[in-house]
Order: sequence, then structure tokens, then C-alpha cells
Amino acid sequence: MEIKFWLNGRKVQTEIKADTLLLDLLREKGCYSVKRGCETANCGLCTVLVEEKPVLSCSTLAARVQEKHVVTLEGLQDKAEEFGRFLAGEGAEQCGFCNPGFIMNIFAMEKELSDPTEEEINEYLAGNLCRCSGFIGQTRSILKYLEYKKTQKEKGEGE
Amino acid sequence: MIKIREYVKVKDLEEAYQLNQKKSSCVLGGMIWLKMGSRNVGTAIDLSGLGLDSIEEDQEEFRIGAMVTLRELETHNGLEQYTQGAMKESLRHIVGVQFRNCATVGGSIFGRFGFSDVLTMFLAMDSYVELYKGGILPLEEFARMKRDRDILVRVIVKKRPAAMAYISQRNSSTDFPVLACGVSLFHDGEARVTAGACPYKAVRVEDENGYLKDFLKKSPKEREKAAADFGKYAKEHVRTGSNMRASAEYRSHLVMVLVKRALLQAGGGKNGN
Amino acid sequence: MKYVNKAVPKKDAMALVTGKPVYTDDIAPKDCLIVKVLRSPYAHALIEEIRTEAAMKVPGIACILTYKDVPQQRFTLAGQTYPEFSPYDRLILDQRVRFVGDGAAIVAGETEEAVDKALKLIKVKYKVLPAILDFHEAKDNEILIHPEDNWEARMPVGADNKRNLCAQKEESLGDVDAVLKNCKYVVDETYHTKANQQAMMETFRAYTYLDYFGRLNVVASTQVPFHVRRILGRALGIGASKVRVIKPRIGGGFGAKQTAVVEMYPAIVTMKTGKPAKILYSRYESQICSSPRHEMEVRVRLGADEKGVLKAIDIHTLSNTGAYGEHGPTTVGLSGHKPLGLYRNTEAYRFTYEVVYTNRMSAGAYRGYGATQGIFALESAVDELAHKMGMDPVVFREKNLTREGDKFIGYDGSPVVTSSTLDKCLARAKEMIGWDEKYPCRDMGNGKVRAVGAAIAMQGSSIAKVDVGGASIKLGEDGSYTLGLGATDMGTGCDTILSQMAADVLETDFDNIVVFGVDTDISPYDSGSYASATTYITGIAVADACEQLREKIKKLGAEMMGTDIEKVEFDGKRVYMLEGEGEVFLEAIAAKGTSGNNTSLQASATRSSQISPPPFMAGAVEIEIDKETGSLEILDYAAVVDCGTPINPNLARVQTEGGLVQGIGMALYEDIQYNEKGQMRNNSFMQYKIPARTDVKNIRVEFIPSYEKSHPFGAKSIGEMVINTPCVTIANAVYNGIGVRIREMPITPEKIAMALAERSEQNE
Repeated sequence: MEIKFWLNGRKVQTEIKADTLLLDLLREKGCYSVKRGCETANCGLCTVLVEEKPVLSCSTLAARVQEKHVVTLEGLQDKAEEFGRFLAGEGAEQCGFCNPGFIMNIFAMEKELSDPTEEEINEYLAGNLCRCSGFIGQTRSILKYLEYKKTQKEKGEGE
Repeated sequence: MIKIREYVKVKDLEEAYQLNQKKSSCVLGGMIWLKMGSRNVGTAIDLSGLGLDSIEEDQEEFRIGAMVTLRELETHNGLEQYTQGAMKESLRHIVGVQFRNCATVGGSIFGRFGFSDVLTMFLAMDSYVELYKGGILPLEEFARMKRDRDILVRVIVKKRPAAMAYISQRNSSTDFPVLACGVSLFHDGEARVTAGACPYKAVRVEDENGYLKDFLKKSPKEREKAAADFGKYAKEHVRTGSNMRASAEYRSHLVMVLVKRALLQAGGGKNGN
Repeated sequence: MKYVNKAVPKKDAMALVTGKPVYTDDIAPKDCLIVKVLRSPYAHALIEEIRTEAAMKVPGIACILTYKDVPQQRFTLAGQTYPEFSPYDRLILDQRVRFVGDGAAIVAGETEEAVDKALKLIKVKYKVLPAILDFHEAKDNEILIHPEDNWEARMPVGADNKRNLCAQKEESLGDVDAVLKNCKYVVDETYHTKANQQAMMETFRAYTYLDYFGRLNVVASTQVPFHVRRILGRALGIGASKVRVIKPRIGGGFGAKQTAVVEMYPAIVTMKTGKPAKILYSRYESQICSSPRHEMEVRVRLGADEKGVLKAIDIHTLSNTGAYGEHGPTTVGLSGHKPLGLYRNTEAYRFTYEVVYTNRMSAGAYRGYGATQGIFALESAVDELAHKMGMDPVVFREKNLTREGDKFIGYDGSPVVTSSTLDKCLARAKEMIGWDEKYPCRDMGNGKVRAVGAAIAMQGSSIAKVDVGGASIKLGEDGSYTLGLGATDMGTGCDTILSQMAADVLETDFDNIVVFGVDTDISPYDSGSYASATTYITGIAVADACEQLREKIKKLGAEMMGTDIEKVEFDGKRVYMLEGEGEVFLEAIAAKGTSGNNTSLQASATRSSQISPPPFMAGAVEIEIDKETGSLEILDYAAVVDCGTPINPNLARVQTEGGLVQGIGMALYEDIQYNEKGQMRNNSFMQYKIPARTDVKNIRVEFIPSYEKSHPFGAKSIGEMVINTPCVTIANAVYNGIGVRIREMPITPEKIAMALAERSEQNE
């Protein structure tokens, strides 16, 4: 069957099978940031945004993104670098395999929660596993990044 | 891995119903559980286009479309207020936000899974399901029914005033519950207590001896006693089993502890978790 | 020093955080055949008949291989220095299948769909054999896991396939029984740890192709490229020279990828078909047929005199290597040698062990490598002993722990403690957790009790006299340096920290170092990244190579100035005359290096160490236990580490935090279970829960570095040791809180609640 959707802002028209999963379609389209870490919807490595909401692309039928907007880390490179500097500043990117899904969910969290507490951050990101960092360094980087964004925003408003 | 031959986004419930009469057909929920199986699905029926993705609230009730996600349930203000946070508590441990953005109320309720927090929570409320052919029936009745080929359209929760609580015990924070317990203390005097993840399908623990009658009117001391007594009663009456997460014996112990705590928490005691 | 001991961001950081395609599956050719393995449903069986005709007819299937199609020379998949300590007990496919999930056939096809279909059509007739699932019953059982005649143990590790023994040994100092007899206080207990999964986020994977020389090229997510090269050369019967292994970025390893779990499957497909081939293990496969931690049961007998001097240690370990012997004979050694090294007053010790084959998944290397199991046992027993004598267990440790300058007793990696701040680490951990105020526990009055627990730990830094670190460094024509490594960065950041060391020796900018690794055709030989070796042993090689290159730069610079090398110095930017005027800049020397030059501007070094100096640490935890539900919450975890000089303090910190959390998972939830048929039940991330971020908080890490003189920057290892304290600190805290001693991992709420319930019943 044929579907049309927006991938990182560009309209894509493509032939898929009824059971093609979004994850596989995205990798086929060159979005290699989207990773598979499990088959049971537990790891969060495959997180992408569909209509601005974070979803598990491993559990989303490609057929269901018909006419929808899908965003992967490939579409948010500047933002990824911006946050990534904070993550790397802690050495918490480690092997990097969980980074894209994790970072996508941080961007979703930024949209959904304003000024979240550490506990709220942990709860929002609980579905993003990482086996290297023990999470603590990731949290440090998020708190610093959010603080930076806040300062940026205040500066912008002050001007 | 699941295999799907054909995907149909249906135009109305009748089309969904007709397609679903074939054994090889399957209604899609959030795809989380379905995907993990190895079913060969002939026709996958998608209800996404039918406007069943919203929660309607009025004076009387919540009408929750089958395609509403668990995340939408969790963040719905009306439900949050009506359940005093119990709804959110029943959902927030389920894996992660992305997972709950996929999983649907319809899928969770229709699945009638043993581990289901969702079923345990809804059973504790005055809940009904609306089936396309079967009409509206109490959730408890639906939970006992065998799976059939009808279409689950909505879940309805009557806004019967109640004090509520939901408590679960987990081996780790995002794991399935080892045991879950929901409580509604209706202002009209009825108390409804559910135990889930026993690991069997959630059940109501009937208060045959009237321990909990007018629980909210009792003094704190009386509540303590009633809650403890009913906890012990529940331990004797809820069937528990063993699986990888815990033994039947520990679960029975937890039935006693969690039922007691949930009652006290709902009733205004402080001993909840 | 400019870069060492600085929190420099990793060189590959930006590629990783922006999700660039840098991992094995991202860069695999699109036309790879997809390779999958048909797996045995039985724990022990012989294949009587295997029919593949119907499966071969599936369109797109390229080849199906069975035990009849593979070379018959046995080998081990353990990534170890040759000759390996692990027995040669494997074939790529064997007629005998030895655990549920063992390979029965290899299928390769153009699409995953075709392969899946073909897998279902292969008909296997098994003769099901009785299986050994309980490792207590393995030794001298009439059921033999490896009866085959060409089974071979190359090293004298006490292996005997006719007794299901993968290794056994006894070593001792003095008469342990006699000393124990004279001790006023004695404990004798047995501790059990299970076969945890490393659960790195990137599962096992590799792809293979033939190059224009007809050589087999292997791109693999591996920690041991050079060992994979040798293993495949033997397994395929083509010799190592026909194999080239390339390591791209790796999505974590933790020891799992120190075993060549998957490489042989696409490799044999490529050799048979001439086509590129790829295998990606599912999480399911990574759970059920991979290389987890060795399940161990460790019996510890300890004795102390009335003053609290720990005089005798007797350790007996029973280790379960599963169906194959990868890392079996070696992991077990650490279950004794590392814990023994923690204490200095030991008058007599004995360490005995048996490693047995069973019909479970083969075990392998997992961070800690036996030390985790042994330290859990010994440090639990130490607490039990201290309690018996009514002594604060931390005070007991203060009295007995090894200090810098002490002789090591029972540790095989070094005769003396060359560097240690363990005493200070323990003192600081005690202070951080508030030990003196909080020990043993406080009843919070709401059904909850808070308690503290502590322990000490060590590991090694490389395998003494075995591990080899290699480095090459060359000056490019633009004045930049290229550092070639055979050590494998698996996310830990060794490419970065080794570059930091190189930059300091060469007195150049960190950004002026280009780092490259690993390609076995190009990179200098290195054993690989395991055994806590890289910072230490490869670090020594890097510094050595860079020193050599400095000399060469000086030599050419001197030549350019028409003088002798003794009369010049190099400051990183220029070679200059020590007396008088005259200088020549690095850029000019570099350019000269490419024009009319006879002086090589590259150097390489290979280094191994006579000693394996241990890093040390102390861990202390505060927990809260709900006495009704048995729930256990970690309120605070203080870890104080002596890893020598932390080359990159950020990366050292994250290593520690990550190791602690992995250890917490092992301590609290990671509960491997098998059913009666021998199937591993925790076959997904749904059934094998690793810690989520909502499970951890308040992990505090500090460093008190000693200076290890055998390393050019005073560094020791860190990666493995950091997983060794959580199991035991938490177990000790549980005892301090509620008086219940848990001797089997994990510490579940059920174990706590049921022990308490039982006790209250007894009291009633």
C-alpha cells in the first residue's frame, strides 16, 4: 500500500507493506538515528515524534502515519548539537546508542513540561533506558541544559 | 513478529464489525501487545478515523473512546480530579511516556490482561463498556466474558462521588506490578476494592461481611480496624498465583497489606505509599 | 600536564549525540544476506536428522548450513590471548545441542521474511537426552555435556570433559584449617549470585564480505578484534591471515562482546556463498544465547581472633560455565584472588574451585569477571564475622584492609600494594553516608526502617604478564598526529583518554591528535578492551610510542639544523638548540618528513606489565525498608574510588555511576530464572528488568587518587571494579536494618517481606 507523510518536514510518498513498522521504514529512508534495542517496547531507543508526540516507532505501524508529521533526530540536528554539548560535557553520552531516542524524548518533554523538577524529568524519561551512564550524568546534563535554555529565554525576553 | 496481510482504516463501526467477524481479523489498539505476538492477521482494523480518541466529560460521566491513549488518561484534568490522582498513579509506572502515548484504553481493557493496572483501576470505579453490538454493560461483567468479535467502542465511568486510591507493588519502578489494588469509597456508603496482577485478571473483592460499610463515616480508629480486618479477609478470598515476579504466598501477603493501605489512603489515613 | 586529569569531551561525542550512522548495522551494505540461526528447543539433544529441502525452496534463500557443513576443528569463542585458557569445545554447528537456544542450522537469504519462512520449514528430528540443569549435580554426572574425543583444553586448568569439569584448582598458604581452629570467631556461609545479562543497548551484530584479495572482512561490534580474527581463522579453517576485522562504534559491551558470539555465522555464510552477510541478534537472542555472567556459589570460611584480626580465609567457588567453557577457567580465579587481596593480616588462606559444564546458556565475561561474585561473598562474610564479635563492620575493615606498601596475600597480580588510598576511601565513604550517626539503623516509626551498609572492593589493571597494549603514532605532513590503537572504545571513551595522554607526551593540542581504531590490518596489535586493561596497559604503550616519536622529531629537527640530537630539545611546537640560537618548527619538520627524508616519523610500542595494580574503592549505602511490603529504596549511595590518576574525571565518574547502577540492578531485580525444561525465562527487557532512571537517585562519587608509579601518568583501571560493591553493601544494609541476611541475589521485596513475616510468626 502507498502512504504519504511528512518526514522531517519533507513530504514522502512511499510503498509499504501492511505490517511495516515505522522504525523499519524510517531506517530504510536513511534515518539511522532510530535504533532498535528490544522487541517489547521497553527501551525507548526508537523514540520519534509523530504529530509532536513521542512514540515508539517499533510499535507504530507505518500505515498509521498517513498524512502525519514524523520527526527524527535527523530533522533536529541543530537542537541535537545544542543539547548534545551538555550531554558530552558530562561524558554521559557514553556508547551513544541510546542517545537519539533519549534526546528526542527530552525535546518532547521540553514542549510538554515547563520547569520540570528532577523527579518529573526522571518520570518523563523513564522509558528511555541506558546501560552505560547509570542515568546520573544524563540528569546533570538535562538540568544544566534546561537552565541554559531558561537563561536564553529570559535574555530574549529582556531584549 | 506479527504478520499483517491487509490494513484497513475503517469508515464506521459497522465496517469494523463486519471485518472483525473473520477469525483472522484483528482490531488494532496501540499495537504494543499485538506486535509482540506472532499472530498472522488477515485484516488489521484501524479505528483511528472514528473520533474515538477523545475523553468526553459531563456532569454524569466520562466517556472515554477506545483509541484514547494511556497518556491522555493520565494527563486528563477531569479524571485527575475525580479520582484524586488515583488514575494517574495507576498509569505512571507503565514503562514510559512513549509507551503510554501508544497504548490505548481500548487495547488495555479489551485485552483483560492479568498484569493490567488499567483494568484494576477501572474496575474499582463505576465503569461500563460500550460495545458496538452488545451495548453498554458493567465493566466487571465484560471482564469476566470470553473474548468475542464485538467492537469495544468506549469505556464509561460514572461520576459517582467517591474517595479513591490506587497502590501497586513492583520489583522495579517500571515493571509490571507484583500486585495492584484500587479502592473507591463511594459517598453513598458502598466500598469497592479491586486486586490486580495476582497474577490473574483483576477482581473485585466483595465485602460480604460488611466490614467497609460507611467506611468514610467511621472514626480513624475504626477505619484502621476495618481496613486491617478487610485486608485479612481479602488475603483469604483473593486467589493468587506464582510467576517470575513473585510467589503466591507473597502476593497473598501483599493483598492484605495493599488493601489495608489503599483503604486508609482513600479514607484519609496516611499509611499509603 | 595539559589534558590528563581534565574533563575533555569525547572525540566522537558530536557524532553520537546527533545520531550519525556510525554503528555496525548503520553502515552494513544494503545487499547483505540476512543470517539467522535455527535454535534448539531442547536443553540437551542429538540431531538425528535434519531436512532442509523445503526450506531451500523458499525464494531468496541463499544457503542453509547444518552440522554437516562446518569444519570439524574445535575452538573457543572466548576473546583471550592465545593459547586460550578456555577449552576448545565448540563447532560452528554441532550434532549435539547443549542448551535451549543452541544453534541447529544457519539460514541466509535475501530478505528477513524469506529467512523467517525458511526457518519454519526446516525439519529437525532430535534425540532428546537427559540434561543437567542444576550446577550442583554436574561434576561426575553420568550425563556428559562434552563427551567428544576432539574436545581439548590447551592450558593446564584442571579441565576434564569426562567429569563435566571445565576447570578446577586448589591453592593455599599455610594451614587454613589449623588457623581457623584457633580463631575465636569463625563464620562459614555460602553465597549465590546468578547469571546476569550485560544488556548493552546494542545487541550482538556483525557483517562480513570478501574483498578484492578474497579475504574475509568482518565488521563487528566487538571488544576483541584481534582475537576475533584468530578465532574465525581457526573456526573456518582458513587461518587468521585470511581474516580482517574492523570495529566501528559499539553500542556498549560490558564484557559481553569479549566473546565472539555471532561473528562466525555471517562469516561462514560469506565463505560459502561469496556474498556479504549480516547477522543482528534480537534482544530475545541476546538474552537467551549469548555470554552472561557465570552463576557462582561461593562458600567462605573466615576466622578472626579476639582483637578482630582477620587471620584465615577459605574460599571455595563452584562456577557454572553452562554449555561451553568461554571464560570459565579464568573468571573463577577472580572470585578468590580479588577478595583475598583486600585484607592484609591473613596468616593462612585456601582458595579452591570447580567450574562445571551444564545444559544452560554458555557464560562469558561480564564487568567484574568473577570478582563481583567473590567480593559479594567475602564482604558479606566479613560483615557476618564482625557482627558475631559485636564489632562495627567498618571498624573491622579499618583494622584489616590492605594498605599501600603492604604485601599482597592471595592476590595473584602483584606481590605488593604499589599504590592505594583504600583506607582513606573507606574513611571518606563512612563520612559521606554519615555512618557513625546512622549505623546500624533507625526505625522511622511508620513501619519503615533506615539502615546503612558498607563494603570495599578492588579489581586489577590488565592481566599481569599476559595482556598486551599496542599503540602507533605518526606525524602527518601538516604537523598533526595520528594515533593508531588496537584497543576498542565501546563507548567508554578510550579513544579520547589515550589521545589525552598522547597530547601531553607530545605537548600538543588535544585536537591535533587524530585517533583511529580498530582495523586488524592497520592497527597495532592489542589484546582488546577487557580485564580493565586499556587505560593502564595501552596507556603505557601510547606514552612509550609518543616518547619514541619525540626522539625521532628531535633527530630530524637536529639534522635540519645541522646539529646532533643531544644538543636539541623539543617543546611540542619546535625543536630548538639547547645552547645558542636555532629552532625549527614542528610544521617544518613534518613537511621535511615527506620530502627527501630518511627518518621515519612514526613509532609504535607494545607493552605488557609484570604487575596488575588494583584500583580500590569503598561503597556505603543508606536504604529504607518497608517492613510490611519488603520494598527497599536506596536513599543514598556514596562511592569513593582510587583509580590512580583519573585521566578524564568526567568519564571516570560516569564509569563509576554506570557501574554502580548496573550493580544495583544485579542486587535488586536482575533475576535470571530457568524453567524445568531449561528455558531461560527472562528473555526480553519486559521480563529482565534493568534499572530505569526512576529506580536510582543520590549516587555520589568521589575520587581519592593514589599515584601508580608503573604508569606514566599514575593511572590504574576503573571500569570493572565499580560494579563490585552494590550487591554486598545493600545486603549488609538489609541485615543492619532488619537482621535478615540475604545470601542469594537479587534482594527482592519478597525475600525481605517473607523473612520478616516468618520471623514475626515465630515470635508470636
